[in-house]
Amino acid sequence: MAATDKPVFEVADDASVKAAREKLDAHTVEMMAWHFHPSTGCPFWLEYAQSLSFDPIKDVHCFDDLKKFPPFQDEWLRGGPVRRWAPKGLEGQPLYVFETGGTTGIPKSRVNSRDFRTDYEMFSETLPEEYFPKGANWLMLGPSGPRRLRLAIEHLAQYRGGICFCVDLDPRWVVKLIKKGWMEHLEAYKQHCIDQAITILEAGHDIRCMFTTPKLLESLALGLEKKGTTIHKAGITGIFSGGTEFTPQWTRFATEELLDGAFMTPTYGNTLMGLAASRPVTPADGYTIAYYAPQPRAVIELVDFDDPNTVVPYGGTGRVKLTTLTKETFVPGFLERDEGERELPYAKYPWDGVSGVRPFHELASATTVGVY
Amino acid sequence: MHLQAFRFGKPYESLERQTLVHFLTGETVAEVSQIGGAMVGRDLAKSAKAARAALLAMDPEEVVERLQTAGNLYALGTVEVGGVPQSPEDFVRHQSATTGLPESLCKANMQKNLFVLSNMDRMLDALSRGLSPEILWRGYGKEHRDVIVSYQAQSPVLGLVLPSNSPGVHTLWLPVIALGVGLVLKPGSQEPWTPYRMAAAMIEAGIPSEAIGLYPGPTDVGAAILNGSGRSMIFGSAKTVAQYAGDPRVQVHGPGFSKIILGDDCVDDWEKYLDVMVESVAANSGRGCINTSAIYASRHTREIAAAIAERIGPTEVKPPDDPEATLAAFTVPGVAKAVWEQIEAGIAADGVTHATADYGPRFVEGERCGWLRPTVVHCSSPDPEIAQAEYMFPFVNVVECPQASMLERIGPTLVATALTDDAAFQQQLIDCTHVDRLNFGPVPTTKLDWLQPHEGNIIDFLYRSRALQIAGDGAQPGLVRAARAATT
Repeated sequence: MAATDKPVFEVADDASVKAAREKLDAHTVEMMAWHFHPSTGCPFWLEYAQSLSFDPIKDVHCFDDLKKFPPFQDEWLRGGPVRRWAPKGLEGQPLYVFETGGTTGIPKSRVNSRDFRTDYEMFSETLPEEYFPKGANWLMLGPSGPRRLRLAIEHLAQYRGGICFCVDLDPRWVVKLIKKGWMEHLEAYKQHCIDQAITILEAGHDIRCMFTTPKLLESLALGLEKKGTTIHKAGITGIFSGGTEFTPQWTRFATEELLDGAFMTPTYGNTLMGLAASRPVTPADGYTIAYYAPQPRAVIELVDFDDPNTVVPYGGTGRVKLTTLTKETFVPGFLERDEGERELPYAKYPWDGVSGVRPFHELASATTVGVY
Repeated sequence: MHLQAFRFGKPYESLERQTLVHFLTGETVAEVSQIGGAMVGRDLAKSAKAARAALLAMDPEEVVERLQTAGNLYALGTVEVGGVPQSPEDFVRHQSATTGLPESLCKANMQKNLFVLSNMDRMLDALSRGLSPEILWRGYGKEHRDVIVSYQAQSPVLGLVLPSNSPGVHTLWLPVIALGVGLVLKPGSQEPWTPYRMAAAMIEAGIPSEAIGLYPGPTDVGAAILNGSGRSMIFGSAKTVAQYAGDPRVQVHGPGFSKIILGDDCVDDWEKYLDVMVESVAANSGRGCINTSAIYASRHTREIAAAIAERIGPTEVKPPDDPEATLAAFTVPGVAKAVWEQIEAGIAADGVTHATADYGPRFVEGERCGWLRPTVVHCSSPDPEIAQAEYMFPFVNVVECPQASMLERIGPTLVATALTDDAAFQQQLIDCTHVDRLNFGPVPTTKLDWLQPHEGNIIDFLYRSRALQIAGDGAQPGLVRAARAATT
């Protein structure tokens, strides 16, 4: 949305924005006390604190004080030992390790205990019951393996009283196929996944909700159409979908032509942040896809390309800067590989949002996106 | 001006648009709706058969007549493009502005397209070797020898992933509608003008709008077209050619590596052929796959290179609306410079000389684009890497090579003009399977006879000749109805 346009969504009032900010500031202070206290913090941050010119526990009084930290280097997440990221305060808890990227070289990893469950339980509250009925079974048609998404979707289904059916998909192989130019194999692998999804949908399991990516949703819809049916007729009423390739035009096309009346909610997320929900996508809003991070557990800011400590004006374009503030993970000021426009706070999410998310233009040519 | 997508008769305005700007000034020329691959896949599944059915509902001769009318509208009339009336002069300005081609060359390409459409009946007769168009319409029939023949359409539509840099290639798909096959076109990102204007002219002339689709968009649109069409043409680089080699559904058009070959019997008279060599190298700003990229001779090669350099080396960059302009710009920033650096590296190799070095710098940098002035390189053998190079501007290698090893060394050649009266050498050229078009005598490689096939016969690509036997006397009208019903 351009800064001069009158918003067609319900903008959050000043009091709500202020209250959310105060909550974020208090949460930030609480997280500093956790991550930088020897009894609860993880080895990495406790050791890193020795190199800082300030004391995170004493000198961070609000969210803005996190600017005192040098930018977070995601390279730190590559390689082990993975336990250096495990907070002492979670000792004895079962731990997961989730990976991101990793097509070549050592993948980045994040330890997790309950975060993925908490994130998706919070997200569950944003899903309309009409389209995502409690007790309904789910289909997970997306990246699996060492990513958290598969477990997270399964937990979401279980949390809502359903059972989750899964199709296996290895995105690293997909990226390799593209880089090698093996487009025939790529098509065959995609079809292999879609065939499995259609088989499950036709097997009488009463699946009504699903997660999938935009590319797979397209292929699934076309595959079902070839068989004379549609996503909605196959029983799906609600779709939760994620990926940077969501554009207003794609969403409009999906809504008008692919979904046959099924409801779709776009999301933006990754292993580091968790999951950002979108405000309702409407024709009146030009099918704008605006995401809001699950604050205060994660914060998205749109910052100047040359100065990551300066937030761009509303409607302005900037790079996505992510801060994660959970007891399991602290990531201050990580510059994502995405850019977008800064959105006004929304009534339901009274803090800044981001729209038009796309690969950061300086890295775009080297990034393979929208592959699965 | 906004060029919308056109979904087999239905205009579609996308929320996403590409802005086309003037290559010199950066001023906006048009916006082009951008759609995604899934829309193409879906439309092909739903509408491709109806596209062919709409054409088969017409009389084939009437289709040809309407295409001839379309040719006149395209070349001489004012048609609506992007929601505004577009005259031929507007078209030339628009095409030049976004492709960097001089306006004079845009006009020349219009005449080629007009020629093909105006002579459609002769072309079809020649390409089909006199087959009645009714046979293609019905799928079978009796030919003049009183023998039943059957031609089975391999796809209800031909998919086309069109290039941005060479408006001359559009002649290849113009006969398709006349063969009863619909069109699904992905226009080149910088050159949507010919497909849009041609589609508008065809529809205004009475070709059913549901027989044509225009799908501008990113690369996944091209992939969806290739995936969803039984037959497609794609234009691209050597890498694209390699990717689709051996795929019978795809006809891929890449670099041509066209050549002029001087036989030992004619090479001493090389000066007689200088005009043909110059035209073959420099016509249409050297952009076509039919432009000569190498000249092979066993002797006099240095003199030949020097003489061509003298003729085309001094060519200057001129404004695109200057009638004397012959050089097209490289409109993508940085490309001209990168190409020139590649050539400089090639020239530095042993056995290579730059014959145009004395005519000033070849790379000309503009504010938003670049140009490369005609370049002639001499190679003392076919060994240097640059001897096999082809670039999108007037560039030629003059290669010294004994006649005995010439055909082994020339490599894939789209057009070969052979200057020889040596019958044995002529026969070797006829038998040489890596030469496609073959000209004997002083015919520029850029001069095409449209009554002969180009890179394969389009009818053989779209139709399969197969057996169809009918019991009794063959007079079974029910089969005709069945053939028609099968296409709807």
